[in-house]
Amino acid sequence: MLLRLSLQSLANRRSTALLTILALAISIALFLSVERVRTGARASFGNTIAGTDLIVGARSGSVQLLLYSVFRIGNATNNMTWESYRDIADRPEVAWTVPISLGDSHRGFRVMGTTDAYFEHYRFRGNAPLTFAGGKRFDDLFDAVLGADVAADLGYKVGDPIVVAHGLGAVGFTKHEDMPFWVSGILAKTGTPVDRTVHVSLKAIEAIHVDWQSGARTPGRSTGADAVRAMDLTPKSITAVLVGVTSKLKTFRLQRHINEYPQEPLLAVLPGVALQELWSLIGVAESALAGVSGMVVLTALIGMVAAILSSLSERRREMAILRAVGAGPSIVGCLMILEAGTLALAGAFTGTFLFLAGLAIAGPIVDQAYGLYLPFSLPSGREFLILAGFVCGGILSGLVPAIGAYRMSLADGMTVRQ
Amino acid sequence: MTEPSTPSAPPTVLLEHVAFQWPGSAFRFGVDRFRIEKAERVLLLGPSGGGKSTLLGLISGISQPQKGLIELLGTDLAKLSSAQRDRFRAEHLGVIFQMFNLLPYASALDNVRLGLSFAPKRERRVREKETPEKAAARLLTALGLPEDIQTGQPASLLSSGQQQRVAAARALIGDPELVIADEPTSALDGESQQAFLELIFKQLDRSGSSLLMVSHDERLSRWFDRVIRLADIKHREEAPDAATS
Repeated sequence: MLLRLSLQSLANRRSTALLTILALAISIALFLSVERVRTGARASFGNTIAGTDLIVGARSGSVQLLLYSVFRIGNATNNMTWESYRDIADRPEVAWTVPISLGDSHRGFRVMGTTDAYFEHYRFRGNAPLTFAGGKRFDDLFDAVLGADVAADLGYKVGDPIVVAHGLGAVGFTKHEDMPFWVSGILAKTGTPVDRTVHVSLKAIEAIHVDWQSGARTPGRSTGADAVRAMDLTPKSITAVLVGVTSKLKTFRLQRHINEYPQEPLLAVLPGVALQELWSLIGVAESALAGVSGMVVLTALIGMVAAILSSLSERRREMAILRAVGAGPSIVGCLMILEAGTLALAGAFTGTFLFLAGLAIAGPIVDQAYGLYLPFSLPSGREFLILAGFVCGGILSGLVPAIGAYRMSLADGMTVRQ
Repeated sequence: MTEPSTPSAPPTVLLEHVAFQWPGSAFRFGVDRFRIEKAERVLLLGPSGGGKSTLLGLISGISQPQKGLIELLGTDLAKLSSAQRDRFRAEHLGVIFQMFNLLPYASALDNVRLGLSFAPKRERRVREKETPEKAAARLLTALGLPEDIQTGQPASLLSSGQQQRVAAARALIGDPELVIADEPTSALDGESQQAFLELIFKQLDRSGSSLLMVSHDERLSRWFDRVIRLADIKHREEAPDAATS
């Protein structure tokens, strides 16, 4: 009966109550969205590379190796020799290897030399393989496979010619224009740095550098594209290798072996560990975001308390009536807590609904545009705890008007003194 | 009309040497001796602002006197905890205010049932005969509130006369031993005043409850067993000792 009356009382003040619930709902929806984006970003980040057991490169820092080999950020300080690569690839515990070679660019996008194995073994987001939106893998020496963003930003289609620039500037001064490439395929969007990469074969990288030495064209030498085809294009060095092992148990043994490789200083890192390390560096922004949305929730709760408090004076009559029929001051106070709890609960439900609706609409768009995968699912685990905490916070903040009502009903007694 | 009280039955209300002062206020109020017997109908006359409402607050146990004895049905209110006093009020008292008696958003029927919400014994007494809904509806009908407006619409839509009937029904449901009314007819015109009082008295006859009504309107006197002027029971000179409680 009391619960019903308290709901009726709220319904009686429905415009204020609805606005309060709306404010709470929006704040909760915002908080949940930030939380989902946070975990989504983290997962997307962690899923940038999957299925690879070790990343091997010249000895540097593990984060640096990860940055240039996977995220195409920065440069390798050193390459590793082809001999070392062959040595590692031939070890019994190695199931597959993907050699990669970086250093050239095409209109601001990195060009990466690799092999067919890359399309076979590169995995992202829970083991998804690379798929083609159009065309096929590189077949010919001068075939190139474009990431989705490269093709979209530059408007390339399968069959278009492209010229690779030497070095990494957006406007390369020296171009490999004597050896143009043709787009053989375009990859589907992945939401990883793959989208922003131009893939060519390792041999092609070697081919366009035939006449180059120490980063500059050798004057007077110009080998034609046809002549190049006849040459032995086995690279002398590569930038890094992605390695898959035959059994996970052998990962650490292989890692130790590579890190202690006598012929050359090499570094092997576990992608997951390095990603974690990198995330801890950029996780500060994530905490700031969560902090801001937490403040929004707090503001909404304060707004709710203010709304209830301002209703108190016009409800003195109501309290006097309740006192007259035998309700103690504590019951009058409890009604305020009940009201705050009801509002918070309604806010949490509405907010969750808003959040899910927004997610259903915006989720696929965000995935498409930013490659940020936000799973559509009911709040779970941490998010549910946040909701529960919010409702508890609402009930707790009901203490403020509850104490006010308690005092008021004690002072007023049975008659309202104003 | 008066039923002589048996000597064994304790008086419904007994006040002796009561002194009261609102905390932080200069208003002092004292009553030397005041008594209402079982089934007695008492009209307390006095000007507004004379302390009538304060007296009702003391009798209903919402306010506590600094000094003196207040007994209801033989129970010393000072010996009860505040929660027990709230319960005691719920079980044994029905209260009708001057106006704004009702929760405006609740239906008339719910407002009447509210009278039982904090009084399990009173509710049990009702349930021995009928459901609280039926009892409330029966009372409302007896007090002249048409059945079609008893539920389904908030009490705020009722006229002030209808609202007072609902308030009376809430005070009367479950036959509390004492009904307290604070100028319940002041919002009504002369004719409806009389009709309203007649309806209440009819219910009181059935239940054998006592009635204490305060008013400034002497014309009501003829309906009551006893008329007391506030000035006669009030004790102004003797300042209450606020230090003791």
